[in-house]
Amino acid sequence: MFKRWLLGTAMATAALLTPLAASAEGKDIVVTYKDDITTLDPQIGYDWVNWSMIKSLFSRLMDYEPGTANLVPSLAESFDVAPDGLTYTFKLHKGVKFSNGREIVASDVKYSIERAVDPKTQGPGAGFFGAIDGFDDLAAGKDGGLKGIETPDDSTVVFKLTRPDATFLHVLAINFASVVPKEAVEAAGGDFGKKPVGSGTFLLKDWTIGQKLVFERNPDYFVKDMPKIDSFTVEVGQEPLVALLRLQKGEVDIAGDGIPPAKFLEIKNSPDGAQMIVDGEQLHTGYVTLNTKVKPFDDLKVRQAVNHAINKERIVRILNGRATPAKEILPPLMPGYDNDYAGYDYSVEKAKALLAEAGHPDGFETVLYATNTDPQPRIAQAIQQDLAAIGVKAEIRALAQGNVIAAGGTEGEAPMIWSGGMAWIADFPDPSNFYGPILGCGGAVQGGWNWSWYCNAELDERAVAADSMSDPAKGAERIAAWKSIFTDAMKDAPWIPVTNERRVVAKSLRMGGENNIYIDPTRVINYDAIFVK
Amino acid sequence: MVILLCKRLAQAFLILLGVAAITFVLLYALPADPARMIAGRSATAQTVASIRHELGLDQPLLVQFWTYLTGLLQGDLGRSYAQKTEVWTLIAARLPATLTLMAAGIFVEVVLGITFGTIAAVRRGSFVDRLVMTASFVGVSAPQFVAALLLLYVFAVTLGWFPMSGYGSFAHIVLPALTLGILGAGWYARMVRSAMIEVLNQDYVRTARAKGLSSRRIIFRHALPNAILPIIAMIGIDIGQFMGGVVVVEAVYGWPGIGQLAWQAIQQVDIPIIMGVTLTSALAIVAGNLLADLIAPVIDPRIRTS
Repeated sequence: MFKRWLLGTAMATAALLTPLAASAEGKDIVVTYKDDITTLDPQIGYDWVNWSMIKSLFSRLMDYEPGTANLVPSLAESFDVAPDGLTYTFKLHKGVKFSNGREIVASDVKYSIERAVDPKTQGPGAGFFGAIDGFDDLAAGKDGGLKGIETPDDSTVVFKLTRPDATFLHVLAINFASVVPKEAVEAAGGDFGKKPVGSGTFLLKDWTIGQKLVFERNPDYFVKDMPKIDSFTVEVGQEPLVALLRLQKGEVDIAGDGIPPAKFLEIKNSPDGAQMIVDGEQLHTGYVTLNTKVKPFDDLKVRQAVNHAINKERIVRILNGRATPAKEILPPLMPGYDNDYAGYDYSVEKAKALLAEAGHPDGFETVLYATNTDPQPRIAQAIQQDLAAIGVKAEIRALAQGNVIAAGGTEGEAPMIWSGGMAWIADFPDPSNFYGPILGCGGAVQGGWNWSWYCNAELDERAVAADSMSDPAKGAERIAAWKSIFTDAMKDAPWIPVTNERRVVAKSLRMGGENNIYIDPTRVINYDAIFVK
Repeated sequence: MVILLCKRLAQAFLILLGVAAITFVLLYALPADPARMIAGRSATAQTVASIRHELGLDQPLLVQFWTYLTGLLQGDLGRSYAQKTEVWTLIAARLPATLTLMAAGIFVEVVLGITFGTIAAVRRGSFVDRLVMTASFVGVSAPQFVAALLLLYVFAVTLGWFPMSGYGSFAHIVLPALTLGILGAGWYARMVRSAMIEVLNQDYVRTARAKGLSSRRIIFRHALPNAILPIIAMIGIDIGQFMGGVVVVEAVYGWPGIGQLAWQAIQQVDIPIIMGVTLTSALAIVAGNLLADLIAPVIDPRIRTS
């Protein structure tokens, strides 16, 4: 046992928020979204709207300080990591209760994570728990649970891993690791997502399908003075433009979809604009994949050439300035982002010269896939024009998201894909999250997400080595290792990194708190921390 | 009559079966794989395969269709892939809103359409006629989105007479119904006008005039009932159209109808919901037309005898 962390209890989280608690607490707020809420089942929900609600309905062993990417224990009172990085032992807070009144015990943690992995749950979170012993059997549909999770007593959970995984604490902080009561899941008869029972800061009081959801503060939440509001009502099916008009009239407190492009400047230049617009960076990179298994992108020079060809500033303008041009794979907020990396500058001359060197002085014909919802086809057209300027004729195929994903995961199918509308937003703030499935050899398979079909065995080895450094003391060394992995990947140019998109949320003047709790790097809106002035 | 009804019901059943089969095959042929959409980016091939098995998607097409049909006959539309909720629950929750908007929208259409169509027919060639026809032309060609936002801006934002968004009270339905009604009324007005003009040229109308009946009596008692038949057929079609969802109007006014459900399901390749909504609106179209066919002989004795 080389490290024993007792310091960071969840109380620290609360302590951090005490300055906010000084302001008037209470009040009920209204939040709007265009899309309906699909599910509040923590082992199933996986979109940016339900993500933040699930965060607040449930508790996990680990969590983050509001507005930051700093891990802190939450349901866990303390934890130990064994020196070999293969055993994690957690002590639970005593006396924490589900909203049905039952106390949370260690077996609930085991049940919940097994539920996330079990294919019968049909959830998207299984892959995150791949390091736990017994994963392969359960993922293949065999009975018997995960033998790598042991519960020696009601307040102790031990995880046994088959390989060191430096991201494991992050994994225990993502929604899929939320603790749910088995009896409530079974009572819901397959529809736990509409009848959630958790132990988070809020309870779901009422859900009128297609109209609204009412969340009320959990009076028994185990951290004092959280949350800061009494309730929040989520109204769905609300057109963003109308939501904004209602916000200006005082009927709405947070317009979750932000500000429609047509209204952006008007709001920004209005007297209250600065207080209404929350414009924050998120862990997002938009990119074009260059299929290394399709001619002529199998040639490094061609991939470098198109990297020089794209006018990213113009694409940022198409996004109304709500993005910054990207130079590398990782977004700037991500640990491991290389501030000194220059990237491929926009230069038609360099692009043409590289193409000529590669034996394509007159360019070539290719196909660019994109999703068909605005503004993605317009961005694809901008890319098409940039390519035309160096003689590359790209045909655009704008399809529904599912069809683009299918084309990307089929070998030899899609030469180029613009990732907009389905791009990689990190599940947790760790650089390894940007590698495995989308750039590693493991993702370059039929049905995978590595649409460049890029497979560099040496980088894969370095990635495994970096993720084996689970000693927190080696954190800086590990991040440095990841930084070099991504820089070296860019030498092979499997992607054109294009933009880092920001998220915009509109809030009423009575809402208080820093911007980073409205666009929290790990949960978008942090309902636990926002408050009414 | 009973035989006719049975025949029509059998026909309706076959149509629905056909719709189910065609939709099922089309969705099956989509290159998108629902199991992959569900399994997410971090999933291994093993997990995707297990989920595909759980959903029964590893079965041959015919077996899948047979499973779906047997479920359907027992009233089971299956569960949503993304939400895991029973499809029928999701549709049923949105049905009242869809039906309310349908009824209100058609009511406005018919009232406006008949009123202005009749006025235009009676004053054929006049300024009023041209005005009505131009307005109806603008109505049928105006984009719903623009009209909906315009009404919303004037009556809800600026004047504050109606709520901007939502569902539940009479005030909520006025603007969505007006949007649908005003835009759709153009079709009805044109239809009523041409039918009326035809009827007004008939010999019996001339006879009625000759024996000195008031023109009000001629129009309302003699001409209009005979001109109204095509309207009934049009209502039958509109029922189907409105049941399939009026996505744009629902979106602007935050109306919790079936259209929003269908739109989101298509984005998520949520096949059970797409099937459910398609079948519901097909059922509505069939039922609407059946109803129109049954009402027609009640209004027009000529159909009854033939």
